[in-house]
Amino acid sequence: MLSSIRQFFRGPSLAVAIGSAALCAGAISAHAAEGAETSIAIKDHKFDPAQVKVSAGTPIRLTVNNLDATAEEFESKSLQVEKVIAGKGTAIIRLKPLAKGTYPFVGEYHEETAKGVLVAE
Amino acid sequence: MLAALVILFREVLEAGLIVGVILAAARGVPGCARAVGLGVLAGFAGSIVVAIFAAEISSAFDGRGLELFTAAVLLLAVVMLTWHVVWMADHARELTAHLRDLSRSVEGGAQSVVVLGIATATAVMREGSEAVLFMSSIILQNADTAANLALGSAGGLALGAAVSVAVYIGLSTIPLRWFFAATGALVTMLAAGLAAEAVHQLSNAGLVPTSIDVTLWDTSWLLSDDSFVGRLLRVLLGYRDRPTVPEALAYAATIAGILLLSRHRKLQKLAAHAISARSSA
Repeated sequence: MLSSIRQFFRGPSLAVAIGSAALCAGAISAHAAEGAETSIAIKDHKFDPAQVKVSAGTPIRLTVNNLDATAEEFESKSLQVEKVIAGKGTAIIRLKPLAKGTYPFVGEYHEETAKGVLVAE
Repeated sequence: MLAALVILFREVLEAGLIVGVILAAARGVPGCARAVGLGVLAGFAGSIVVAIFAAEISSAFDGRGLELFTAAVLLLAVVMLTWHVVWMADHARELTAHLRDLSRSVEGGAQSVVVLGIATATAVMREGSEAVLFMSSIILQNADTAANLALGSAGGLALGAAVSVAVYIGLSTIPLRWFFAATGALVTMLAAGLAAEAVHQLSNAGLVPTSIDVTLWDTSWLLSDDSFVGRLLRVLLGYRDRPTVPEALAYAATIAGILLLSRHRKLQKLAAHAISARSSA
């Protein structure tokens, strides 16, 4: 078992591992602008407020506070975000600069009530 | 109940597909079923640990913890699957012989089995923690809702397992002649898709410069990631309806890497054969 693990690390995968580590480090060292702050809460499986206005063309840092005891998953197809938030937890969602428009999002675990929309203008 | 079933099935579909592909691609490797089984268990145990510490992981690194953790798990899966494809390319002939005549043995199967176990565990762990977090709300509800949720969740998990079995059976119908070439290609694209997803996670963590993080094309009107077929193709072939330049690069780099390493191994083996043939002559 041990020798097989050792052999494995000597294998070609080492190159891949180093490659991906380098890629990762390169990505982390690149700093992106933090952007405008805004926040939203989840309470009783609903977003509060259900509509968030942000300015278009700048990065956004959206803090989602889950005040419910149950977990929720913030999901937006148009924003390409899918992030689970533990009960009583907080998530920070970083958005790239948006074009003007409306971007709907849902709480995937309570889709019938947890609906919201981000308006970039 | 149906809602819980649908949500949980969506969470475990990806793991179910990947486990099915791994099981099929490892056909003939001694002990592979056990390794994959242990991988599922380890992945599930890992999911519970991640779910327990979800709040802490999420808030680490200025709110980037979850994305970084997911990216790391994905990259580990990419490395394992790469290793697996390269190893299979090396041993396909032996494995085919072994499947035709089970008395023939396969050399070096033990290391491959470790890799399979880890690859399976990462696949299960990636979305498993979300499934566990969803199910954790079962104990927070009143008895009626809890029973409904529990039933739905169990159904969703069973469907996920059924997907694994269906994929395995489906792939097993490929004639042996092409079997390892076909599954090797499938695992290669699957790994490339996971690499692209890792880059997507890093992008969501705000770690990819926005100047290069531009969308390459938008085919969501044709085949959306959200549709069932879109989801299947996303997992199996790495399809994305709105890929970005870095995601596409990661996809291409993974495929190129796997092809190069496989060829390198084959050449190495040929050279070794030539040397031993000459010295024995």
